[in-house]
Amino acid sequence: MKIAIPVDEKDMGTKVCVSFGRTPYFLIYDTETKKSTFLDNSAAASAGGAGIKAAQTIADNEINALLTPRCGENASGLLKDAGIRIFKTINVQAQDNIDDFIAGKLSLLNEIHAGFHGHGGN
Amino acid sequence: MRIAVLSGKGGTGKTLVSVNLAATAKMSIYIDCDVEEPNGYLFFKPEDVQEEAISVKIPKVDNELCNGCRKCIGFCKFNALAYIKDKLIVFDEVCHSCSGCVMLCPEKALSEKEKIIGRVQKGTSDQVAVYTGILNVGEASGIPVIKKLLVENKLKADKHTFIDCPPGSACTVIESIKDADYCILVAEPTLFGVHNLNMVYELVRLFGKQYGVILNKCLEEENPAEKFCLEKNIKILGRIPFDTELGTLNSNAEIAVRKSEKYLDMFSLLLEAVTREV
Repeated sequence: MKIAIPVDEKDMGTKVCVSFGRTPYFLIYDTETKKSTFLDNSAAASAGGAGIKAAQTIADNEINALLTPRCGENASGLLKDAGIRIFKTINVQAQDNIDDFIAGKLSLLNEIHAGFHGHGGN
Repeated sequence: MRIAVLSGKGGTGKTLVSVNLAATAKMSIYIDCDVEEPNGYLFFKPEDVQEEAISVKIPKVDNELCNGCRKCIGFCKFNALAYIKDKLIVFDEVCHSCSGCVMLCPEKALSEKEKIIGRVQKGTSDQVAVYTGILNVGEASGIPVIKKLLVENKLKADKHTFIDCPPGSACTVIESIKDADYCILVAEPTLFGVHNLNMVYELVRLFGKQYGVILNKCLEEENPAEKFCLEKNIKILGRIPFDTELGTLNSNAEIAVRKSEKYLDMFSLLLEAVTREV
């Protein structure tokens, strides 16, 4: 399966990015091939609706699971429609979250916020 | 003539100035364009209020016709559309009603539907016609409500019209000052006040408007906003003192000029100063 994580940097030592919609990159990890790739998030500089556009990117890349610290309701609704499950990250480092996900230690993200829409949330 | 009242932030005294100037001018029009939190009506308590709903057009999708070309998605700057599992999804509250997606759709899969986003109210208070725009919570833009308020009053340029603007210098403020003959910038005597004054000062200059400043909450001590005006050679129309009596009247939603001769004199002088400028 393919998992995606919003990340700050384009290398495996990267930390998880706090924002799903405006993350600079997504780390895509394939649990079968054990290969990692990085995806630029074109939604990062959006005037609005960044979460919607980011969710579109994730859905278009046939991701099975998203690991993220947070997710807004517009994005989570689309991801749900696309059949992508959302898990809550528990570690600062992206790699630790991948390991914990594979070990079954991550739980589903339940607290979906209403979206920041340009107001706070940093 | 149409006079817009601006400031770089909330709470500087836009409503105090515009309400009291409109009441001083007697046969006048007061328009509250601060549609996200209109409060001029609290002072005027208008009677015979008539209300009209304001709606915008938003896209409606026929997924039978949509072939997933995504032209609409690529066009929408606000990301109000998504295409998931062979279905086009519209986020009504993200849409800014530009109709671009409807025009672009090669399959005619998008049509338009009306959506109510707010309302305008019109009433009277003594001889002042009071117009209020109210945007429903959570809507993307107050521009359609402001447009309606100002179109209504375009033809009545013979009366003094006071436009109470939203705070700041964003697009709703630009819309509010579009047809103004003169802009009053209200400023507080602090460094923060100078920063906010500078924002609206740059805006009115950008639009080539005539403008002047009213210094509000003036104390005996040094006034950074006044210093800014002197440095930039900006016309100071007048000064409103930091005055607890005025503050009390205002916080009780009273119109100061209708309560006290002292304030009527003060705002009459301000109105004269503005009228001389236009």
